[in-house]
Parts: sequence; structure tokens; C-alpha cells
Amino acid sequence: MAAFGSFALLIALALAAYNLLAGALALRWIATGQPAPISPERLADTARRAGIAGFVAVTAAAFALIWSVFANDFSITYIMEHSNRALPAAYKFSALWSGQEGSLLLWAWLLGAYGFVLRLTHKQDVKLYAYAGAILAAIQVFFLAVLNFAAPPFALYRGAIPDDGNGLNPLLQYPEMVIHPPMLYLGYVGFSVPFAFALGALMMRYPGEKWIKITRLWTMVTWLFLTCGIFLGMHWAYAVLGWGGYWGWDPVENASFMPWLTGTAFLHSVMMQEKKGMMKSWNVWLIFSTFLLTLLGTLLTRAGLVSSVHAFAQSSIGTWFVVFMGIVLAVCVFTYIVQRSHLKSDHQVESLVSRESSFLFNNLVLLTACFVILWGTLFPIISEYVEGSKVTVGAPFYNAVAIPIGLFLLFLTGVGPLLPWRSASLKSIKRNFVLPVIALWAMVIVCLAVGVRPWKDGAIDQGNFYALIAFALSAAVFTAILSEFLRGAVVISKQSGKNLLVSVWLLTRRNTRRYGGYIIHIGVVIIVIGLAGAAFNRNVESEMGLHDKISIGPYTLEQIGATQDSNLNFNSEYAMLNVYKGGKLQFQMAPEKRVYLASQQPQTMVAIHSTPSWDLYVVYEGTNPDTGQPIIKAFLNPLVGWIWAGLVVLVFGTFVALVPSLSPATAALRVPARAVPTEPALKGSSL
Amino acid sequence: MKSFRSFSNYAKAVQAILLAIIVCFSLGATDAGSRYLNLNHRLMCTCGCAEILGECNHVGCPESGRELAELSAGIAAGKSDKEILDSFAAKYGATVLAAPTTEGFNLVAWIAPFAVFAAALLGTVLLVRRWASVSVGKQQAATQVSDPATDALKEKIRRETGSDGGY
Repeated sequence: MAAFGSFALLIALALAAYNLLAGALALRWIATGQPAPISPERLADTARRAGIAGFVAVTAAAFALIWSVFANDFSITYIMEHSNRALPAAYKFSALWSGQEGSLLLWAWLLGAYGFVLRLTHKQDVKLYAYAGAILAAIQVFFLAVLNFAAPPFALYRGAIPDDGNGLNPLLQYPEMVIHPPMLYLGYVGFSVPFAFALGALMMRYPGEKWIKITRLWTMVTWLFLTCGIFLGMHWAYAVLGWGGYWGWDPVENASFMPWLTGTAFLHSVMMQEKKGMMKSWNVWLIFSTFLLTLLGTLLTRAGLVSSVHAFAQSSIGTWFVVFMGIVLAVCVFTYIVQRSHLKSDHQVESLVSRESSFLFNNLVLLTACFVILWGTLFPIISEYVEGSKVTVGAPFYNAVAIPIGLFLLFLTGVGPLLPWRSASLKSIKRNFVLPVIALWAMVIVCLAVGVRPWKDGAIDQGNFYALIAFALSAAVFTAILSEFLRGAVVISKQSGKNLLVSVWLLTRRNTRRYGGYIIHIGVVIIVIGLAGAAFNRNVESEMGLHDKISIGPYTLEQIGATQDSNLNFNSEYAMLNVYKGGKLQFQMAPEKRVYLASQQPQTMVAIHSTPSWDLYVVYEGTNPDTGQPIIKAFLNPLVGWIWAGLVVLVFGTFVALVPSLSPATAALRVPARAVPTEPALKGSSL
Repeated sequence: MKSFRSFSNYAKAVQAILLAIIVCFSLGATDAGSRYLNLNHRLMCTCGCAEILGECNHVGCPESGRELAELSAGIAAGKSDKEILDSFAAKYGATVLAAPTTEGFNLVAWIAPFAVFAAALLGTVLLVRRWASVSVGKQQAATQVSDPATDALKEKIRRETGSDGGY
């Protein structure tokens, strides 16, 4: 199977190279109108088919690797290092992305899959898709070259073949780890597609804005995958690492967050291009930057440039990535310089207080956040270069710098949708902002009343201070969005006689993108509330003998037994705890500590009891070597559940935004109105 | 003139609030418990786990217990936050501090994000103002050639819609 996999990868490289060269040649002939020995259109179609065949070849290679994992073929070094016989079946799939070579193969496979979909749907715009297909082929050539020459997944083990493998990293033996990396990779790799469309459209001086609509859809889907991937990673960190948090500003986390920020900026600013023909150069560079940041993230993770608590697959392929990034950047800059006249804006911003400028500021804040994270991630390297000694840039730095920026972004989330396009009158600003401002101050009063104190001992308590601002802004933003829904729904309700709920539904269907976006913003507000809850985290740690008790918040935990278990994969120790509230037994928890046999590495399995108010989060830290008694650390983490609930709302909102809006004709049929409300009427009602 | 005075008063009030916030932020935690919690989140565990000292959670960690004990001793001895952090940096190296200091080259780490943000904000505001003035000029030129019927129609649209808002 190793030979089959290697051969499949070689064939895939040849096909990708043909796709690139034949595609580029055909497009060149078409662009210049030069006489060609064969029909350029036919040549371009053979290139497209080579791309499809290339996907089949990479699929065969991926299949070969997974087959080898299940067959326990330890003659392959990668399988020996990342699997073992006792590994449960679900985690054998995880072995595909648990190491350097496998995760690069996953990247190539996903890129092939995206390209497969793109090439099958080429009839939407044959020429643009041919450009995009050739650019994707160029990216694929790079990854397949790395897989064939620098990080071969089917390299054979030198020496006597061992009877069993080293096993999978224990941190990866968790259900979410079967979903999180592929989801994250779907996001990372997916940004290649909008990049290919943007670069292709620029190269061919694509007339009109159709390409941006195609790109926006791809970007939204990719953004959704990346968002889910990031949140799944947060949940995994929360449930597995056992430190009570979900985001540690680790370089690997930062690497995934940076393209998310630029991708989010693009999804906002692209509306300016579609509606007003503005910010064309900006949008192109946002997409270029997003793609480059996905590569940079991979470089940071793989090359060991920065130390990370969970860089699972470091090696020396950094040079390959640096060279590739250099080539990509050079191509982008060259194409932009040559074609920049094509990107002249049709309109310009007319007022500082307008929807357009709110998008500008939104982009500014998102990119500043991206810069802050990039700066913090790279500063240890810069410091070492300048001063000769490394420094640590950890959570205190990011909390001090990124939280105020995040809160400003939240503020803009509320303000932006309330401003009209072009310019706003003072009267309309007063009318639109009165409710959100009332909600803001009401929330401040409620927070102070329930004991959120932004000061302590005569000084500002930073955690509580930021939490108070976050809660207040969340209330204002939520009210602003709700009032936007209600204004439109009331108009439809009056016109059609339908009840308010149905009117909200009809309103959303009429402009899914706008109202889907609002739902996403509601999701963001819910997530921010959950994040702000971290300011009130508390914990208690204690060695617990039989029937010993510890209290945290309203709960009392009683140790009722500590025991051990074992299976072929791991040995485990765990404590059994009765949890009381108000003197009554509520439930039992069993935090666990495992030691995996193949790797001899320990792993925490946290016990979590979630409610909308808080999570009771209990960690079995091990046993005291002197007394043999378990050490238990319990956390009470307020509002964590809101983060995951917010993600669900955000995903729902993205799906809504992806659904095409009802056409005016269809909408008219569905609203048997005395007079069908028109879009301007709805807009007018909102101001 | 009245509105200018009112604006000036608002500006002074905002300045006073900002000053109060800055003063409050500059004050540190005072009681020993708060200082211990604050400081153990400004230090890293040196065992190689790359975790904040106060959050290092593995039993048998060869370093965190000793570091925490040193921290408690420093607080008990009446040392200032700076003295404690300096002593840790001198003993374990600069990487024991969870964030760059505000001295020497490390100050750049703190200044750069805000400087970039301020520069970008200023640039954006200036750019928008320039665009807006160009736009006003174009509108004035267009107004000179407009006819009363068009003006009436524009006014009617503006009155009825309030704006052309929406995504």
C-alpha cells in the first residue's frame, strides 16, 4: 500500500503540473489571440479534466494512508509514529492529521476536493473558472511537491519493523479532535478558492462585479468552516487541557485567528464593492492577505519558529513555505501593479457618519486586531533578533491590548447597521440610537445592582471593568439589531395582516444576507457575553480523602471514592464525587486522569456540568505521592455555555445569509398584501 | 456659539472621565491575596509547560510550587510588584515574565499596536474627510445644472425614505 500511495502522489503532482501549465498556456493564447497549434478552449478543458483526475489521485493517496493505519502497517514510518494496534477506530482516522506528513496530505486532499467542486461547476463562467482552476493547480503543485520530496507520508521505516506503533498523541484522543482539525483545514484550505478567484479576476481584468459574488459565497462557506474549527478547538482546549480556560493566545491559536479576522473584514467590505463599486483594491488585498496568513499560520506551526503548547507536527519544511509565500506575494504584487487601473473605485465615501465609513472603521479595527496578534506572535522572534534574548508574549499582553480593540469592534457592530448609506442626519441618529443607549445604561445599572464592581480597593478591577463594558455594549447591540428586525416586521405586518413572527420570517426571506448578517451579530453578542463571564471565574484546589468536602459557589463536592481502570489503550485513575446544592444531592461527577500505554503520556479528562449560568468544571490532578489521596481542582466558570450557544446562532445566521433571498415577484406572491411593501418603504421605516 | 460652548463642556467632561479612568488603572491591587493572584498571572511556569504560573495544573510540576513559594515570600517581605518581577527575571530569565516589560526595546511591543491603530484611525478619518469634501464639490456642481422638477423629486424621495439604507 505504501508503493500505491507514493505512486498516487506522484501521479497527482504530474496532473496538477499539467493542469497549471496547460491551463496557463491556453489562457495566454486566448488572452493574446495568438494562433495556436491546437484549440485553446480544448487545451483548457484538458487542463480542467486533469485537475479532476488529480483529485482522484490525491484521494487514492489519502485512502492508502488510512488503509495503512487500519492495517497496522508499521513498515510506514508515519503509521509507526502516530498509531498503534489498540487505538480505537475513530482515532485511527485522526492519525491522518496528527503528524506533519498526514496533515499536509489532508491539506492537499481538501484543496483537491475544493478544486473538484470548482471545476465541475465551471459553466457558471468558463473563463474565470479556468483562471481560478489554474491558480488552484499552482497551489496544489506546491503542496504535492512538499509531499513528494520533503515530507513523504509513505516513507518506509528503516530497520526492523516494530510489532506496535508509538500511538497517537493523547491530546488528540478526544472526540472533538476527530472533527476539529478537518474543520479548521476546510477553513484554511478553503481560502485558496476566493484567493484564486480574486487573482484570476484581476489577471483577466474581469468586467463587472460577478466575480465578487462568486468569491463572497465561497468566502462565507470557508469562513463558516474556519469559525467552527476555531470554536471546536476552544472547546477541546477547555475540555482536555484542564486549566479551566478555552483560549490561551498560543501561537497556534493565533495562527487560526488571523485569517479569520481578515476574512471577516473582507465579508464586510465586499458589500461596499457590490453596492457602491468602492474599495476594490482593498478587497483584493484582503483576500490576498487572508490566503497569505493561512500560509503564515502553517509556517509558524510547522517550522517551530515560535514555541507553542500544541504544535503537534513540527519539522524543517519551513523553508519551503517561506519560498512559496515569497512567490505568492511577488505574483500578487506584480499582478496588482500591472492591473491596478482595473480597480478604480466608482464612488467614494461621502460622509464620516455613514454606513460606508462604519465599514471602513470596522475593517480598520479588524485589521488592527490582526496586526496586534501577528505582532504579539512574532515579537519574541523580533526581540531575539534585536536584543539577543527571547521574551514571552502571553495572555497578559493580549488581554491588555486586544480586549479594548474587541470592545470597540463590538461597539461598531451595534452602530454600523443603524447608519444609513451615504450620510446620516442628526435627527435620524438620535431616533435610531435612543433605544440602544437606554439598553446600555439599563444594563450598567443592572450589573452594578447585582454586584459587578468595576473597581476594587480604590482601583479599577480590569476584569470586572471590561466585563461591565462588554455586558453594556452587548445589551445595546442586541437592542439595535432587535429594533432593526421589529421596524421591518411591523411594516410587513401592517401591509400584509400577518402576525409579527411571520412578518419577521418574511422580512428575513426578503433579504437573507442582511438579516442573516444580523443573526450572526446576535451570535457574536452571545459569545461576547460568554467571554465576559471569565472575569468572574473562581476555583478551589484541595487534596480530598474519602468523604472530604470542598465548596465552590452554590455547590459542595464530596469525595465518595477514588478508583482505577484500564484497557488496552490506557490506564486511568478517577475520583467519584457527589455534588450537593442547598444540602441536596444533585448529580455525580467523575474527573479522570489517563496514562496512555503506547506513549506513556498522561492526559486529563475533565468532568464538566454545564448550566446556562455557569459550568462546574472539575479536574482530577492526580494523587499526592505522600498520602496517595486524590487532588481535586474545581472551577466555577460563569456563562461559558453562552459561548457555544452563540456559535450555534452564528452558524444558523450564516446559513440564512447563504440562502438566496426571495425575488420581489416571489415575495409578492407570499405576501398577499393590500400593498406589497417595497424595499425603500422598509428602509424608510427604519430611519 | 452656544453649541460650541456646550461642545467644549462635553469635551472637558470626557477628558475628566478619561483622566479618572487612567488614574484608576494606574493603581495596583493592594491586599496580599489580590497581589498574589495578580502576580502569579504575570509570570510563567518555567517547567516547559508554557502555562501561566497561576494556571499550571499538573501534579508533580518541579517548578511551579517553588516559584509560587518564592512569590509568596516576596509579597510577605514587603517587596513591590516591580521588585518581585525583577527578581524573577534575574533568576529565571526574561521569559519568566508573561508579557514584555515596559522598558527598553520591550516598550515597542506595547506601543506599536496602539501607534498603528492611532495612525490607521487618523489616516482613515482624514481620507474620509477628503473624499467627503470632493463629494460635496461634485454635488454642488451637479446642483448648479439641476432643474426644479428633479430637486422636487429628490426632496420627495429623501422625505419618504429617510435614506437608502440597508445591506
